[in-house]
Amino acid sequence: MQWRQIVFSATVLVAASAVAIAGPAGGTISGKVTYEGTPAKMKPIDMSKEPSCAKMYTTPPVAETVVTGSGNSLQDVVVYISAGAPDDAALATAAVFTQKGCRYIPHVLAFQVNQELKIVNEDQTSHNIHPLPKLNREWNKSQPAGTPAISEKYDKAEFIPVKCNVHPWMHGNFAVLKNKHFTVTGDGGAFLLANLPAGKYTVTAWQESYGEQSQEVTISGSETKTVNFVFKAKPY
Amino acid sequence: MGGHRRGAMGKILAVVIVIIGLASAYPILKNQYPLPEDISTHGHLIDDQLNDTMIEAGISFVGAQLVLAFFLWSFSGRKPGSPLKDFPGGAKVLVIFAFVIVGVEVLALGAFGQKAWASVYFTPAKADSLQIQAQAEQFAFYFRYAGPDGKFGMIHPEKIDEGSQNYFGLDPENDVAARDDIVSGELVIPVNREIHLMLHGKDVGHSFYVRELRIQQDFVPGLDLSVHFTATKTGKYEIVCTQLCGLGHYNMKAYLNVMSQADFEAWLKQQSQ
Repeated sequence: MQWRQIVFSATVLVAASAVAIAGPAGGTISGKVTYEGTPAKMKPIDMSKEPSCAKMYTTPPVAETVVTGSGNSLQDVVVYISAGAPDDAALATAAVFTQKGCRYIPHVLAFQVNQELKIVNEDQTSHNIHPLPKLNREWNKSQPAGTPAISEKYDKAEFIPVKCNVHPWMHGNFAVLKNKHFTVTGDGGAFLLANLPAGKYTVTAWQESYGEQSQEVTISGSETKTVNFVFKAKPY
Repeated sequence: MGGHRRGAMGKILAVVIVIIGLASAYPILKNQYPLPEDISTHGHLIDDQLNDTMIEAGISFVGAQLVLAFFLWSFSGRKPGSPLKDFPGGAKVLVIFAFVIVGVEVLALGAFGQKAWASVYFTPAKADSLQIQAQAEQFAFYFRYAGPDGKFGMIHPEKIDEGSQNYFGLDPENDVAARDDIVSGELVIPVNREIHLMLHGKDVGHSFYVRELRIQQDFVPGLDLSVHFTATKTGKYEIVCTQLCGLGHYNMKAYLNVMSQADFEAWLKQQSQ
């Protein structure tokens, strides 16, 4: 964990200096997402009804609705520019959502409007991918073991909870976003939004259980601004 | 010529019917497909009832085939123009006779089976039985134990959140009784103690079936039904849903884990942590 943080901080530094050297590439917003208070204890997942998945774990995995790390950091938080940046054309690469060990990897997948979403089943069992959008068209597809990846797209921005109709404990999230300035916090809770042209932005952090927080940031030139988010954790 | 051939066909059919009838009865008489092991205190009543039904239905089945074969053999190949023979009194008497025979048979099975049925469904669970709530949903079973305080927390459907494992919709924030409730995907029970299983359906109809327990009971959404049983042998057994409940029905199962009292207490303690 320490190592990862060091590697991440080094990456941030290198990226920041790269941005500084490149100059006109734009400004950077970096920071950390943390919590205060006591978060709920994540319960272990009982997969006994699906032995092919249960045997992949020596200790049962826990729920991921709140994932914390050292220094009260919060993982799986989507940090994105919610206002101030123009809409971007979708990235050409596909965002990949994998079902492995009867869990979703990653737990939170962020991608752009109209970007290809590729859903892969690496398990020995059938899954049923059922995202529950409110603005986009809803679909519900079965994916037996060994079948090819499913390719989908969403044409409206929104946060979409995802469930598997066969395995009730399986739960993930899609974050469909309008522009390319977004990231999902990893272990350590740090984030970095680079290559931002000068302007006034609203930076928003979204956590599936704790909701959203926003801050205004003005970027001029190639500076790096620090923005931190602190969510109130609830024990239940 | 034609009549002669018809006669031969009738006799062949009679022989085939006898062969089919006896061949069907043979594996049953040999007990080729025995019932799975019975691990419940009431199961022998169910098994006896199944045996009685099989004997009664078996005798009727073989008897009917033999009578059919006898008539086919005796009355095939009637010469054209020869007079038709009628059963004395006509068909009416025979039909009434058949109605009475079948009616008495079904009523008798019901009357004798009453005891087996009542022992499971009409008698309440003992006061000191262990209460466990079973919830069926598409496509899994979850089981809830009251925890150290012996009280079940209230169910709030709006609080159901499967992503954070709140399958029952408990509200530990405001409901102290719910805080120590234990939820498991496996039905873990102590051996030789009566279990009072309260069935709660979350979405559509499901069924709780454990062959070795000789228990099968539907979950009906909106109705809280219950069954009670005592397991007499430790081990792991399969719980399957036997009511078609949707596309994942084939995969809707759980395990029943019967443990010694000591192991069960250790398991409860471990779950409470």
